[in-house]
Amino acid sequence: MSNIFSKIYASVLVTAVYAMKNYPTMVISSLLTPFSLLIFVILISKGALLDIAIIGAILSTMISSGIVLQIDLSHLKNDFKMQDMIVSSPTSAFIYIFGMSISELVYNLPTFAILISLAVFFVHIPLVPILTIILVMCMSFAFSTSLGFLISTFSSDMMQSWTFSGILTILLTTISPIYYPITYIPLPFRYVAYLSPTTYAAEIAQNALGSLKLPLSTLIINWIVLIALSAIILVIAIKKNRWREK
Amino acid sequence: MQELIECKNISKTYGKKPALKNVSFSLPLRGVFALIGRNGAGKTTLIKILSTLLEPTSGTAEIGKINIVKNPAEIRKSIAVLSQEAKAVNWLTPRQQIFIYLLYRGMGINEAKMKTEEVIKTFKIGKNADIVNSRLSGGIKRKVLIAMVISTGSKILFLDEPTIGLDPIAREELWYILRRLKKTHFIFLTTHYLNEAEALADNIGIFDEGRLVQIGTLQELRKNINYQYSIYVQESRISLKSLKRYGKVVKGIDNKLQLLVDQKNADLLSKRFIQQKIRFSINPISLEDIFYYFTKKQILEESYE
Repeated sequence: MSNIFSKIYASVLVTAVYAMKNYPTMVISSLLTPFSLLIFVILISKGALLDIAIIGAILSTMISSGIVLQIDLSHLKNDFKMQDMIVSSPTSAFIYIFGMSISELVYNLPTFAILISLAVFFVHIPLVPILTIILVMCMSFAFSTSLGFLISTFSSDMMQSWTFSGILTILLTTISPIYYPITYIPLPFRYVAYLSPTTYAAEIAQNALGSLKLPLSTLIINWIVLIALSAIILVIAIKKNRWREK
Repeated sequence: MQELIECKNISKTYGKKPALKNVSFSLPLRGVFALIGRNGAGKTTLIKILSTLLEPTSGTAEIGKINIVKNPAEIRKSIAVLSQEAKAVNWLTPRQQIFIYLLYRGMGINEAKMKTEEVIKTFKIGKNADIVNSRLSGGIKRKVLIAMVISTGSKILFLDEPTIGLDPIAREELWYILRRLKKTHFIFLTTHYLNEAEALADNIGIFDEGRLVQIGTLQELRKNINYQYSIYVQESRISLKSLKRYGKVVKGIDNKLQLLVDQKNADLLSKRFIQQKIRFSINPISLEDIFYYFTKKQILEESYE
């Protein structure tokens, strides 16, 4: 057990603790992205979307973890060949990716601390919806990190990695209505948003907040899509990743 | 019974391009095995297969009875690998780099800290241990990576061109460490420095175009060659043609010819050069000579061809 803990702890140290300790500006950079959009949406909506935007910012940070994970893993694999050293060690792909995923959460701890404090002050909902939102966030995190890991094993240099990152950002955070309700998107374009799996997560979270009233059937479909997609990506990531080269 | 590292008909193709062609050998799991060969000869591909980073297209290999193709997880507990292209992670310090790698190996925090301090001392990197790698010289970063791999305590080490970028003193220091380690470890190293292989290796393999063309101790390799001496002649009066009948010309560059000769022709040519007052030097054949011989490579300026 301590053996597994050591391996997870190693990942947390590499991309979170030591990175922030040696380069403190990284903390500021990690804070900027979710807060810039959060402030923008709150200002434009004159505060009407405050609760959705705060929850959206937390969800967005969880999802962005997968995108950042893809870049971090590619960087360590292609530029430093660190993954080669890990592959040939007693650390399995699962433990490595699990540790690296946790490290992304640790890296975002300052962001989470501020966002959760804002949520405590401005988002007032009962316990069950809170649990629903937490569950949606965990699913989104599992989905995005599995996808990030899978893609990182196929990238052979940083240029490719940045390209993948751009596509993932558009797919997972730009076209999906994370910071505002989907009804704000004009109808013909609304269907495009459903191409993004995070749209389903955002809808479930917004329904739990009470700012979106989804019929039960739609809610069930959203859960099915979210769970199925997460499971499929996780299975593909485990089966098809290029951990040991062929 | 002595434990072995055994390769059985290992082949690897990338697309249609063959990188390894039926490589087979068997060696005791002790001492240093140095693999030498030109760039692209297949050395790194073989080291990647044996260290479980890459699957072979065909063939199999065993390290101490463990089939590394079928059961890579088992052998990973006993090996540590330094890839040729590995780099120290820019944002870590040497102390952090070694520490995290030991954690990845499954060591507990206290043990990893202790081992880190030990290896920092052994490799004399204490004064740089807390400076981020991005600010260190290439040689020191390479040293950190070697220290990191050795600190694992793994009994089987794969070092792919470990001394690239090291200054001569650092290289000598590493050789000293490897000489001590080889008494209890098996070290599989690839190198372009033939003097490094000569200085360290108990067994040497010569790789050429994906094939293992020779393997054995330096003495065994010497026996497998028909020539015992290497003669350097620096004299424009001597033509390549006139020397060819005495042995094998391996170099002809800057008015300097090198040929490999047997005992009889070494005596004959020595006498002739002394009589004709021709500058020459004669030495027992070195690994470099053996390498040129077995890879059938000649370095000849156009004027000699």
